[in-house]
Amino acid sequence: MRAQFVLSEIGVGLRRNLTMTIAVIVSVALSLTLAGAGLLLRVQVNEMKDFWYDRVEVSIFLCGKSDHGPGCEGGEVSNEQREGFRQELSRMALVEKTYYETKQEAFQHFKDQNKESPLSGSVTADQLPESFRVKLKDPTKYQVVASAFAGRPGVQSVQDQRKILEPFFKLLNNAQWAAIGVMGFMLLVAILLIVNTARVSAFSRRRETGIMRLVGASNLYIQLPFIMESAIAGLLGGALASGLLSTGFFFGVKKGLGQQFNAFELIGWGPVLATLPLLVVFGVLMSAIASFFTLLKYLKV
Amino acid sequence: MIRFDNVSKTYPKQPRPALHDVSLEVEKGEFVFLVGSSGSGKSTFLRLVLKEERPSLGNIFVAGKDLGRLSNWKVPALRRQVGTVFQDFRLLPNKTVYQNVAFALEVIGKPRGTIRKVVPEVLDLVGLGGKEDRMPGELSGGEQQRVAIARAFVNRPMILIADEPTGNLDPQNSVGIMKLLDRINRTGTTILMATHDQAIVDQMRKRVIELEQGRLVRDQSRGVYGYQH
Repeated sequence: MRAQFVLSEIGVGLRRNLTMTIAVIVSVALSLTLAGAGLLLRVQVNEMKDFWYDRVEVSIFLCGKSDHGPGCEGGEVSNEQREGFRQELSRMALVEKTYYETKQEAFQHFKDQNKESPLSGSVTADQLPESFRVKLKDPTKYQVVASAFAGRPGVQSVQDQRKILEPFFKLLNNAQWAAIGVMGFMLLVAILLIVNTARVSAFSRRRETGIMRLVGASNLYIQLPFIMESAIAGLLGGALASGLLSTGFFFGVKKGLGQQFNAFELIGWGPVLATLPLLVVFGVLMSAIASFFTLLKYLKV
Repeated sequence: MIRFDNVSKTYPKQPRPALHDVSLEVEKGEFVFLVGSSGSGKSTFLRLVLKEERPSLGNIFVAGKDLGRLSNWKVPALRRQVGTVFQDFRLLPNKTVYQNVAFALEVIGKPRGTIRKVVPEVLDLVGLGGKEDRMPGELSGGEQQRVAIARAFVNRPMILIADEPTGNLDPQNSVGIMKLLDRINRTGTTILMATHDQAIVDQMRKRVIELEQGRLVRDQSRGVYGYQH
């Protein structure tokens, strides 16, 4: 294999097809940027899930004096009932930790959380329910606890904090799918452009390839310049995507959201830097494979 | 060197076969004219030798290989044994004479040292010594065909196929090309030349194979062009 010869053929091809090559580079770059953004969003969502699910609890609210409802017909929860729940919870394998919150503590939390609110003055400790705060080993098994306690005498309600977060994660999940969808279309455009460019390239050099076939050049020799051409365009597209993604991350997340947003941890440079090589490799492979299959049809022996 | 056993070729959507039951053998070192009117099957015959087409029926052997059993990836190796020259030269207009000939070796991966040695040799052989740096557009038709022959011959193939190599040339240049092909034939290379050029065939007195409507109608050693229009 004569490297110099192949390289000079590639150079000629890229220059001859400059506008098409640029189109390929840009569309590969845009689709890969979206792909990268989608991947990073996924990492972010997973991290947030870990973070929040570690903190969420199942709350079992017990009946107070003034509570009505299916479990509270017997009035305020009795001491035996409370002790029974406590022991039952400690026997459940699913439960990691149980914490009992008295009315007084609930009142304190309420006051802390609503300092500014005029409501805080009118609420007394007696109006707030006492509760068991249960932390589960597997937060998704909420249903087991709920069915064990809900509706029993002395239990006013069972509440899963996870339920409150769910819509939020669903939104993020949908955003992720939307990114993947747009990426899919962009990728399709990119691949069609690659295919077309390879075709134009093969056509504009049909004289050369015809002679190559006649004098007995191997298929690899005939195809390699075209495939390398596409691969180089893919490489440049991947590199451009890496640049776009890094810039976007720096200005959008590091300088933008991260400055005002403290509710949870945003991903750092680690996952971003891990994504970039993937984009480049994918750009090269996608282009090379697409042009390989195009050329199979156009450079038959 | 080339053997056809009961070869027929029918193209799709064509009622009449392009070649019909053709059997013949060309020995090593022979010089053979392939004559016949347009559409007689000459081009199909040549394409079959190069395995650009497959026969519908029959077997073809070229340079000791059964083409029917030759897998696709071995076709390039076959074509390195068979040089090809066309009526329209098929030179690369943006490459010099030297580069055009060197191209044939570069694309089959020959080392640069070999190329630098054999390209000037073959250019001398075809009578183009000193014109290495000319572009094809600056050359006469006869000279361009010499470049094409140099390119076909530079890898020293066992067989040289020429498809109407003098079709675009005046009689004087044609004679020059025929002398060159004759010289190449004397080095032991088998030459198969399709032609319409009556004067040349009559003058050379080589073996003549005539095709008519896809059938082999004449195979004559030291023959003449034969049929009249």
